[in-house]
Amino acid sequence: MPNNNNKIYDKNKIVIGIVIFLIISLFPIWYNHFKNVPAPDPLLTEKAKIAKECVLPKVLMKTEHMQLLNSWRDSVVRDGKRLYTNSQGKVFDMSLSNGCLDCHSNKKDFCDRCHNYASVRPYCFDCHIDNPKEKK
Amino acid sequence: MEESRRSFLKIAGIAAFGLSAIPAIDIFASESSKKAPAPAPDFSLTENSKALSAKRWGMVIDTRKFKSEKDLEHIMSVCHSIHNVPNMTNKRHEIKWIWSEEYPHAFVGDENEYLSEKLAHTPIIVLCNHCQNPPCVRACPTQATFKRQSDGIVMMDMHRCIGCRFCIAACPYGARSFNFRDPRPFISKTNLEYPTRMKGVVEKCTFCVERLAIGKIPACVEASNGAIIFGDLENPDSEIRKLLKNNFTIRRKQHLGTGPSVYYIV
Ligand code: HEC
Ligand code: HEC
Ligand code: HEC
Repeated sequence: MPNNNNKIYDKNKIVIGIVIFLIISLFPIWYNHFKNVPAPDPLLTEKAKIAKECVLPKVLMKTEHMQLLNSWRDSVVRDGKRLYTNSQGKVFDMSLSNGCLDCHSNKKDFCDRCHNYASVRPYCFDCHIDNPKEKK
Repeated sequence: MEESRRSFLKIAGIAAFGLSAIPAIDIFASESSKKAPAPAPDFSLTENSKALSAKRWGMVIDTRKFKSEKDLEHIMSVCHSIHNVPNMTNKRHEIKWIWSEEYPHAFVGDENEYLSEKLAHTPIIVLCNHCQNPPCVRACPTQATFKRQSDGIVMMDMHRCIGCRFCIAACPYGARSFNFRDPRPFISKTNLEYPTRMKGVVEKCTFCVERLAIGKIPACVEASNGAIIFGDLENPDSEIRKLLKNNFTIRRKQHLGTGPSVYYIV
């Protein structure tokens, strides 16, 4: 008959060890929980404020701007159509640097602010000029 | 013990059978909770009304009108500066959309043993031929390079290019260049209206599609003082067709059957 007593040896040390392990391994969760980062507020330029409206309604722009850009680039590069007329009849030049960034010329305080928050890194600006208004 | 294991297996078996019904439940559930169909897109995509169009764009290059290498350099630098083509210091990384070759190199296979002195040393301006039957398009695995059905321009879609360089191997004219390095540090003055390229993509002349789209002729044509003529090869009344009717012209490596759209008067 083996010794069947259920005693845990060094119980205190093991419990402390488990607690420390849990604290460290769950660090990302509680760290972010207490940090409570507010969602960033993209800044509008004067030009955008005068225009008042984006290509699509704001809610849609927030969630669908990547799809919009994707369809724009296919339309321009593959079909040769460069003008976009929205439901209000407003016409836009389908261009990233000369269209979006014409109104949102403050890329750092607009696109980047949001993208950094969401940890998205669009590679578009490896090619597309990100400061069309500034002269280097 | 024996019995409890038996009943455990029974329950597990029944549960597993129950799980197999999930797909069926999903079908019914999705049928009833189907989202309202998205409203039809309320937008339109159009061309600029000023855009130039043709059935098949082509070029005639009148080499007699070029007086010196200087004339060619001017044209090349205009093209390269508006398209942000870098000036690579290492010759092996060179990027070129339009450049000059000596006659025997430009017209390989058509050079006679005893060329006229003048011709043998004439620099010929060369660029993508926008072939009728482009071998680069057939080689491209992603359709990043494709022939525009509307006007015959052989296009480059930088967004799709994966940098495999099959097209470079396929092109008999050396019209395509690969970005071995990030080109940005080698662009002396950036045209802010046109994108640069990045390391790992292939680029070439596009007959200035971005200019045609707003009603301008290609930059090299504009800068050539009438030595390069641009027009619709399929339109019998176009200036370019008249030139072809009245002059003897040659094309580069015509025997390969690619059907170049760039003609030379020599
Ligand atoms: C390898 C370089 C490169 C990258 C990376 C790139 N583009 Fe482009 N893009 C181009 C080139 C070259 C054109 C053609 C410009 C023209 O014909 O006017 C273009 C055209 C476009 C156009 C239409 C014309 C214009 O002026 O903007 C859109 C929209 C576009 N790209 C969006 C994007 C988006 C969105 C991304 C990132 C997801 C992206 N591009 C990444 C090179 C690139
Ligand atoms: C005519 C000027 C103009 C152009 C061009 C334009 N925008 Fe906007 N954009 C605005 C304005 C104004 C707003 C704010 C709309 C509002 O508050 O209702 C806005 C809002 C947005 C938002 C939402 C910001 C937020 O607060 O959540 C995004 C994302 C956006 N734009 C992206 C783009 C992209 C991408 C393009 C190019 C495809 C583009 N915009 C082109 C003027 C413009
Ligand atoms: C309201 C916040 C917000 C603003 C403002 C915003 N974006 Fe975004 N963007 C996002 C988010 C979130 C994603 C990632 C979506 C996803 O991955 O599904 C994204 C993704 C993208 C992508 C696709 C990236 C990829 O790798 O697939 C592009 C391109 C892009 N944004 C361009 C822009 C441009 C250009 C602007 C400024 C004119 C802009 N965005 C402004 C939130 C924003």
